[in-house]
Amino acid sequence: MTTASLDPRVDPPRAAERRGFPLFAYWICLKGVVWREWLRFLHQRERFVSALVRPLMWLFIFAAGFRQVLGVSIIAPYQTYILYEVYIVPGLAGMVLLFNGMQSSLSMVYDRETGTMKTLLVSPLPRWFLLVSKLCAGVAVGVLQVYVFLGIAWFWDVKPDWPGYLYALPAIVLTGLMLGSLGMLLSSLINQLENFAGVMNFVIFPMYFASSALYPLWRVQEGSPLLYDICLANPFTHGVELIRFALYEQLNLTALLVVLGCTIVFLGGAILAYDPARGVISRKRQS
Amino acid sequence: MSDAEAALDVRHVSHSYGPRRALDDVSFTVPQGSFTALLGPNGAGKSTLYSLITRLFNVREGSISVLGHDLNRDPGEALRRLGIVFQARTLDLDLSIRQNLVYHAALHGIPRAEAKQRIGEILKGSDLIDRLGDKARNLSGGQLRRIEIVRAFMHRPRLILLDEPTVGLDIRSRADIVAEVRRLVKEEGVSVLWATHLIDEIDESDRVVVLHHGKVLAEGLVPEIVARESAGSIREAFSRLTGLAGRPVELEMAS
Repeated sequence: MTTASLDPRVDPPRAAERRGFPLFAYWICLKGVVWREWLRFLHQRERFVSALVRPLMWLFIFAAGFRQVLGVSIIAPYQTYILYEVYIVPGLAGMVLLFNGMQSSLSMVYDRETGTMKTLLVSPLPRWFLLVSKLCAGVAVGVLQVYVFLGIAWFWDVKPDWPGYLYALPAIVLTGLMLGSLGMLLSSLINQLENFAGVMNFVIFPMYFASSALYPLWRVQEGSPLLYDICLANPFTHGVELIRFALYEQLNLTALLVVLGCTIVFLGGAILAYDPARGVISRKRQS
Repeated sequence: MSDAEAALDVRHVSHSYGPRRALDDVSFTVPQGSFTALLGPNGAGKSTLYSLITRLFNVREGSISVLGHDLNRDPGEALRRLGIVFQARTLDLDLSIRQNLVYHAALHGIPRAEAKQRIGEILKGSDLIDRLGDKARNLSGGQLRRIEIVRAFMHRPRLILLDEPTVGLDIRSRADIVAEVRRLVKEEGVSVLWATHLIDEIDESDRVVVLHHGKVLAEGLVPEIVARESAGSIREAFSRLTGLAGRPVELEMAS
């Protein structure tokens, strides 16, 4: 315990008397938020296992059953005929990010209920920065999961060239940011944890199934032009395509622009929602 | 910032949840270096007021400033001078005590090494220093609350807000916490706003703000309020002010 008895009126200026925050303080804060998310992730081993088991089940079982479903067509970015498990891997990488993004938002709802969210929001650093830090923390965990999944898929004979894994990194990060900010926006609208089941039914499943994750869009178009339009309007489709093209060392510009645009819109919405001056949070009664 | 600047200045603050008015034209100050108790029964508006001071809610009517920094105009400067202990537990139970404290420091831009030094400084001589590596969930309710108090002091704030910090604790833990806060306040020289509905947590030398149904009914030093109400004690003065005499359940007047 400190021994000096301090009179606040005669105290020398303390650290708290400084005005403004140096860039260094922002970096410390970002690091701290990512570190906490990382520790939480390590403590929740079942979260990591289920995050991996989910896509692997699709890859090992579902994809095996539909092996020949793609027939004899060649679709971009692939240069040759591919098996279904090769096609489905980028979609499953997207699925990992989708679940991770929603899981992060679930943890935000949980944090709000338990009060730990308050400790984040009363930080003196700007609220937009705190939310972006929280988002980056979730994405960091998601990216790790995707690469572990891609590593296992490699042993399952889904082997893009090595540079593809590097090219895919920004695509995975950007898609993770888009889905994470969507989750964050949703978390601001959800009052209670119980309502999160609704997110599963009304956000995750429709986004996943009405996309190019499981089947190529030309196939969808043959079956239902309406569903094709819905898939095209689904930001998740573009996230998956961005990753798919990047894994094979190509850029899908349309997908990039859509993912970028959606990230800006979702993140902007989440920042507004968590802004005490304008957001929905302050209108809700909190304990 | 002048020497006479209040640690906390709440002016004409009102807040509503839909049609229900939780705070109605609330004004009071917490002078620098003072221990001010915000006394009110459950539902008086204390937590709403704390949510406004900590900027979880936006101040729409009136103004709040911390050491001269207006919360709406200069939130970062106001919040960095503020330490807060919420009514609900806000420690991450899966993390160790040290990790919780280092995380809090990071949210204030304080590097890990400095945070660890500060932890040692605050906890020197305390039994909690041996528990730093323990997971938060392995500590008792009273110990968790004490850690939350330590956490509130981590970034060397000038004003500490505590929202019913002894709720749900046994008498021994309550006494420990009151003593711990008073000691830290003395040693660190900070100002305190202590929200409570327990009159026995208030000392004769404290300032008191009586809040009831969202309105400030009295503000001043304990002897002043007692004299003003021609009462024999602060308990009696409180009963007269709020009309809650004979309704001990609402006030939980612990003996």
